[in-house]
Amino acid sequence: MTTPLIEASETVDAIAAPTRPRRGWRSPSLIVGSVLLLVVLALALVSLVWTPYGLDQADPAARLAGPSAQHWAGTDRLGRDQFTQLMLGARTAVWIGVSSVAVAFALGTPLGLLAAAAGRLVDDAVAGVIDIVIAFPTLLLAMLLVTVYGASTTVAISAIGIGVSAEVARLARISASRVFTQDYVLAARTCGTSTPVILIRHVLPNIWHTLLVQATLAFGVAVIAEASLSYLGLGTPPPAPSWGRMLQEAQSTVGVAPWNVLLPGLAVAVAVVGVNLLGDGLREIGDPQLRTRRRATGR
Amino acid sequence: MLGYLVRRVAWLLGSLFVAGSAVFFLLRVLPGDPAVTLLAVGSSPDELNAIRHRLGTDRPLLDQYAGWFGGLLTGHLGDSLFTRTPVLDQITGRLPVTVPLALSAFVASIVVAVPVGVFAAVRRRGLLGVAVSTLAQLGIALPIFWVGIVVVWLVAVQGRLLPPGGFPRTGWQDPAAAVGSLVLPVATLTIAQGSVLVRYVRSATLDVLNQEYVRTARSLGYSLPQALLRHGPRNGAATVVNILGILLASSLLGTVVIESVFALPGLGSLLLASVKARDLPVVQGTVFAMTATVLVIGLVVDVTQRLIDPRLGGSA
Repeated sequence: MTTPLIEASETVDAIAAPTRPRRGWRSPSLIVGSVLLLVVLALALVSLVWTPYGLDQADPAARLAGPSAQHWAGTDRLGRDQFTQLMLGARTAVWIGVSSVAVAFALGTPLGLLAAAAGRLVDDAVAGVIDIVIAFPTLLLAMLLVTVYGASTTVAISAIGIGVSAEVARLARISASRVFTQDYVLAARTCGTSTPVILIRHVLPNIWHTLLVQATLAFGVAVIAEASLSYLGLGTPPPAPSWGRMLQEAQSTVGVAPWNVLLPGLAVAVAVVGVNLLGDGLREIGDPQLRTRRRATGR
Repeated sequence: MLGYLVRRVAWLLGSLFVAGSAVFFLLRVLPGDPAVTLLAVGSSPDELNAIRHRLGTDRPLLDQYAGWFGGLLTGHLGDSLFTRTPVLDQITGRLPVTVPLALSAFVASIVVAVPVGVFAAVRRRGLLGVAVSTLAQLGIALPIFWVGIVVVWLVAVQGRLLPPGGFPRTGWQDPAAAVGSLVLPVATLTIAQGSVLVRYVRSATLDVLNQEYVRTARSLGYSLPQALLRHGPRNGAATVVNILGILLASSLLGTVVIESVFALPGLGSLLLASVKARDLPVVQGTVFAMTATVLVIGLVVDVTQRLIDPRLGGSA
């Protein structure tokens, strides 16, 4: 029955040093999430300097071979090494994930802050736009853009970025409005501090943590979206490899070479579960009471 | 309530206008000349002019814009560039596949996920409860098409129990075959949507479990299931309606990917094929139809919530 004691001391810690959370960094979600994500990042980074085989290097004698010492993840129907493709696919996933999250925050954060800082009229207008963009599905937006510009990495990043930005703007608007109602903001205003300075000095430091957690979730959404677009043939065009297209190519041979389907799916899952767990862990650090609450409610 | 209804419908019409404009301008204004992208390199100017005339892109832009909205009001969404059949007919022709698929998956997700989610909440510390939560987490992280391929592999390729894809040419005239070809797609969509729903239901149940009225009910001698059944639905209903709306919308959108996995001739595959062929009128019409459906679902959700919980009135 030592658990309550630890929780009590945690609470004391949290009160004594709210900006210096301690146990949060040792949370299992944070550790497992970081490890999974590091695996994906490592694959992506190593692929920049080394892959077991060339991308188009086919071994016709070993078509649809299972995992072996020569081909760690087997080969596809053209005899291309699947581990090489998985590594390069990780690079595509990370690149598109990071870029679309960057686009989403570059668009969404200023919009949300503007809505929160401006008057009622602007706020209502921005809220309306956010609602419509949220209702307009990312997949359909991507399909419209592909119809016009053809499938490309840029189109995938733009579509996913715009789609996710609405959610970012919504969150930034809500959290910033909450900060604006605080007494210290009123005090700053009374001292004659201008709105941009209040935004930088008071609002951003108080909401960046919430936004960071949102960024990790958005990365997961982006990775799945990229895989889906590539699967449908609307994402990164060949020859750039993608987990989604590996799956699309492996679908017809699933009876003979199931590992060609299982491994890219596993790769997506590792990336997404990893980043979601990381987000959970970060949220616990930002809100030290959450863990205590979670333990109490079992969530 | 009536005032709210009027405001909400006006908001819907406004959103439909914005969505319709967005679809129009994204497809018509940004790219330059759609006729050029449609024809092969080296087409004669006469051919280009002919296709411009057929697309209507030789008319002034505002004229086209007005025409697009006039068409939306009268149901004339234009003709396909390739089959030359009306877009509206193409869309309605695909509904017998997409509507049963989306609705069955929607219903199946609720039937499966609600009891599972409640179970996961009540037994949250038990081995099975934790296993269910973990599986749901995994179900959310896996791409839906991957789940589909694995389901096909296990059931259709290994087990040879059901067809791996396709839809009977005769459609619903052969009900057994039609249902048979929809079983695996519905199951796949249910796994994906159900995982999301399990998490919502679990978290909503945990909220209710911690409420004082449940504790009071239990102290009055009700068992936990009795207390949950008595107070859970009424208190959680407004949230549940919202989630069901999201679920229905995502079931509809999920068909785009699912129909591709299972080679089903539905609305999603119509859209995908038209995107690849750059059949602008069909893409425009299909995307608008899907977006409009999502917006209408949003309206129904908001109005139902207000009917269930008048307390929401204060904020709107």
